[in-house]
Amino acid sequence: MGARRALWAYAFLAGPLVFFLAIRILPAASALFISLHRWNIISPEKPFVGLANFREILSDRLFWKAATNTLRYLVAGIPAQLMLGLGIALLLRRIARFRGFFRTLYFIPFVTPIVAAAWVWQWMYTPTFGPLNRLFEAAGLPPQAFLRRPEQALYAIAAMVVWEYIGFQVVIFLAGLDAIPPVFYEAAGVDGANGWEVFRHITLPLLNPTLVFSVVYGSIIYLQLFTQVLNMTFGDQGGPLGSTMTVVLYVYIQGFQRFRMGPAAAATVVLFAAILAITLVQMRFFSRQVEY
Amino acid sequence: MRQMARAALLVCAAALVIGLPIAHAQPRVTLTYWQYFFESKVKLMDILIKQFEAQNPGIHVVQETFPYDSYNQKVASAVPAGQGPDVVNLFYGWLPLYVDSGYVQPLPESAFPVSQIEREFVPMVKAAKFEGKYWALPTAVRTLALFYNKDLFRKAGISQAPIAWDEFLADAQRLTERDGKGNMTAEGFGIAPDGQDHQLIREVLFRQWGAAPYSGDGRRATYNTAGGAEALRWYTDLVTKHKVATIGFFPGGNGYRDAFLAGKAAMIVDGSFAIGAIRGSAKFDWGVAQLPRRTAGGTPANFGSLWVHGLTNKAKGPQREAAIKFLKFITSPDTQRVWLQQVGEIPAGKALADDPKLATDPVYGPFIKSLPYAHATFFIDEAAQRQVLVDAINEVILNHKDPKIALDEASSREAKILGEFWAKHK
Repeated sequence: MGARRALWAYAFLAGPLVFFLAIRILPAASALFISLHRWNIISPEKPFVGLANFREILSDRLFWKAATNTLRYLVAGIPAQLMLGLGIALLLRRIARFRGFFRTLYFIPFVTPIVAAAWVWQWMYTPTFGPLNRLFEAAGLPPQAFLRRPEQALYAIAAMVVWEYIGFQVVIFLAGLDAIPPVFYEAAGVDGANGWEVFRHITLPLLNPTLVFSVVYGSIIYLQLFTQVLNMTFGDQGGPLGSTMTVVLYVYIQGFQRFRMGPAAAATVVLFAAILAITLVQMRFFSRQVEY
Repeated sequence: MRQMARAALLVCAAALVIGLPIAHAQPRVTLTYWQYFFESKVKLMDILIKQFEAQNPGIHVVQETFPYDSYNQKVASAVPAGQGPDVVNLFYGWLPLYVDSGYVQPLPESAFPVSQIEREFVPMVKAAKFEGKYWALPTAVRTLALFYNKDLFRKAGISQAPIAWDEFLADAQRLTERDGKGNMTAEGFGIAPDGQDHQLIREVLFRQWGAAPYSGDGRRATYNTAGGAEALRWYTDLVTKHKVATIGFFPGGNGYRDAFLAGKAAMIVDGSFAIGAIRGSAKFDWGVAQLPRRTAGGTPANFGSLWVHGLTNKAKGPQREAAIKFLKFITSPDTQRVWLQQVGEIPAGKALADDPKLATDPVYGPFIKSLPYAHATFFIDEAAQRQVLVDAINEVILNHKDPKIALDEASSREAKILGEFWAKHK
């Protein structure tokens, strides 16, 4: 009886497995194959070229720019997203009324279509007509060029991504905070610990699994950043001067605008290796078991 | 109930017996034609196909369309897979790769003699000529012109569109508006490096400043001369020195046109393909003028571009014969005339371009008059070549790079793109 049930379970699992193989694993494997060929989708000849595509992208300044930019998005975005998300979650726990309302409010960007949001943000950043510079002006600050200045553009886009994911972080942190047994807080209260001590020695360590999840999940989002950049730099994609270019956008331009699938696939393979490495490192360093 | 079912079956059977032979007797050949979706083009093509089928019993044409934004990808994935059409509409800049890969066939000399093509079509049709043969033909072509807001011109006391670039600059200075704090609230010129301006610089300003953009055989970028640098400086000065334009003044891919339509940019350089959008949305008096020249009597120049119809290698035997007939039909002067009337694109034939009635048309005239001196850049990889010039402009404006150095870098980047293609054509 048991064997029979297991067989059924495997039969049902086989469906998704086949789907996963066909839709995920095989295309990923074919990317590896394509990366070793000169592969213009229009050209009938697709000769094997060894590592030439890898050599090409590694000597392409724009690829390096895309790679370092991607890391800059990550380094700027993750801490901002985490700190704001945790801060808002802690504040929300303190209020009894309107908690659901605020949580919904923060969550709305996450369910807003990215393209529409990106276009609205692009408009907000417009130097002359955008409301952001009006705010700057009202605060007595000089107007900024935002998306038009290479030094600012990347952070302007990162800010939009933080805004987009903050509600998701808040919900995750609220769940994580609820999972901490209240006895620890009660014991700390009896011992006379202050707010910071409670946060430092109880909340933060016990929130570690949630933090690890948030960091890993957030990192993957920033490493795969594409839609927001494409739509906020529509005419000069990844510009100005490649200052907002990401690896995925680089792949898109090479592969689907210039039809050069070889370099595009090579960049994909490099990105895959990077995401794998970064995720493994994060899992190893951040996931400590905390027991009290 | 059963009776009804039987009756329905009977009707179906009758239809099979009577209908099918009739439907099958006539069309022997079915052609497929592809173009991107643009409502007026699709509607007109449906009408043209009906006319063509009436004139050519035995040929049936099916039109299939795809959204503009994904058309390039669709054609690029379908044609090599052998799933494409018999006659395909391509941007001329894509043609080299399709010719090179053997997916389009040369137009037969018997039906389309080279000498006749060159006699009957405007000069830029040469963009579809490789190895002495023509590989595709257009119905219509596009050139650039200056669109200007006549209401704003009147308000600023300017009576006519500028003829020379100096005059253009002086006008732009008078038309630019600022608020009390010095912020620009209306542009004299709606600048757009990634719009049509990179074409303006490449084929108009470079030439007028004495720098041929490419070598005669199209294999090398040659604009990095002192003249070319001066032309680029003149253009970037509009932003940095004269402050009559701001890049990204309006957001979005067509921000410059939107700014013009909103009355926030007094002049823009745009293509004849923009006429429809501007005519449909502009709520003010506007005009069109030929692009300015360096001096009032100086050399005119323009950038031309075209979508061409080619025969794919799928069209063979009777299919090919039919496709040739269809191609002749959709590139004929008659089609060109209705195309202009219904779609608003300027005709590719010299006969119509020389028509005095068309040349004096206030809107189409300036575009048509530019045809004899319009150059269609021989693009290998339009997206990449466009990026090269957009970056050169930004290097000068944002990084204060010397225009000559910016152009040296641009031409060496472009040399790489061109070299990759020409390496196979020693």
